[in-house]
Amino acid sequence: MAQATAHSSAQGQQHPLKLYLIVWAWLFILSTGSYLVDYFQLEGALRYSLIILFMLLKAGLIVAVFMHMAWERLSLVYAILVPMSAILVFVAIMVLESDHTLLSRVTFFASGH
Amino acid sequence: MAEQAFSNLDTAPVGEPRPHSITADFSSDRSVFKNVSWGKAMMWIFLLSDTFVFSCFLISYMTARMSTTVPWPNSSEVFALTVGGRSLPLILIAIMTFVLISSSGTMAMAVNWGYRHDRRKTATFMLLTALLGATFLGMQAFEWSKLIHEGVRPWANPWGAAQFGSSFFMITGFHGTHVTFGVVFLLIIARKVWRGDFDRGRRGFFTSRTGRYEAVEIMGLYWHFVDLVWVFIFAFLYLW
Repeated sequence: MAQATAHSSAQGQQHPLKLYLIVWAWLFILSTGSYLVDYFQLEGALRYSLIILFMLLKAGLIVAVFMHMAWERLSLVYAILVPMSAILVFVAIMVLESDHTLLSRVTFFASGH
Repeated sequence: MAEQAFSNLDTAPVGEPRPHSITADFSSDRSVFKNVSWGKAMMWIFLLSDTFVFSCFLISYMTARMSTTVPWPNSSEVFALTVGGRSLPLILIAIMTFVLISSSGTMAMAVNWGYRHDRRKTATFMLLTALLGATFLGMQAFEWSKLIHEGVRPWANPWGAAQFGSSFFMITGFHGTHVTFGVVFLLIIARKVWRGDFDRGRRGFFTSRTGRYEAVEIMGLYWHFVDLVWVFIFAFLYLW
């Protein structure tokens, strides 16, 4: 790790080709997994947790290895990843908002859109 | 005090991943992202802003879907294709996903060969990436025309909530636009690599500056980001 960091700082990001091929294979496996979730028509909590799990694993592999985030300087990693937590706050706000909207619609427009 | 701060800074090992380096980097009164070129830092910041744009689209889709009283169309059936008399759910989307992941793989290869200064292999893998990107766009055009033919519009569709069409066209359209720009820039950078611009220090047409093989990695960051966004679109728009 320390050696890889030193290397990457000296002349760009150089990593063994094998690492990329392994990650590539994993991305294929995980994508197949998420497709099979739909193919076998899994339902309920199992379906949604598997979708989220495969999604996060794929995203993590792409960002960490393909985009070299795992070897970047920590100040860059934090500058990019920490602001993304604002998205989760936004999601939480809009979940509350849409629940409220749905409730109002069901209450006031029994058959409406 | 100041002297001590700066001496700390100078002796701190470059790229050592520990929390202390973050405060030191941000308080150094110099460029924050040490050993990260401005081109790469700016691409990352652009990608962060782009993340917010796509998040807003996906969150508005979530809001529309959660707040409507009308049933949402079943994406598994909407995007099914009949192959050999058998209806396969989401098959085209699955193929599109594999094409885009393959293009991410070839892009990673291109970046790798770029740092080894292998001009031909870098350019070849970039062209292969562009080709896979164009294939993806072709399949997306097929999917759009199929849905439009079946009567999906941004304001209505035959199966349920009207917001399905607007969310679908907005999100996949914006993603497709990103892929299109990616293909164009891949071709531009691949041409520069093939011609040996980064080996001979030839000045760019637009910026009049000499480029480095790092341009391939920065291009790769953008391309992987496009793949990354597709991972989320695939999960939320197609599978959910």
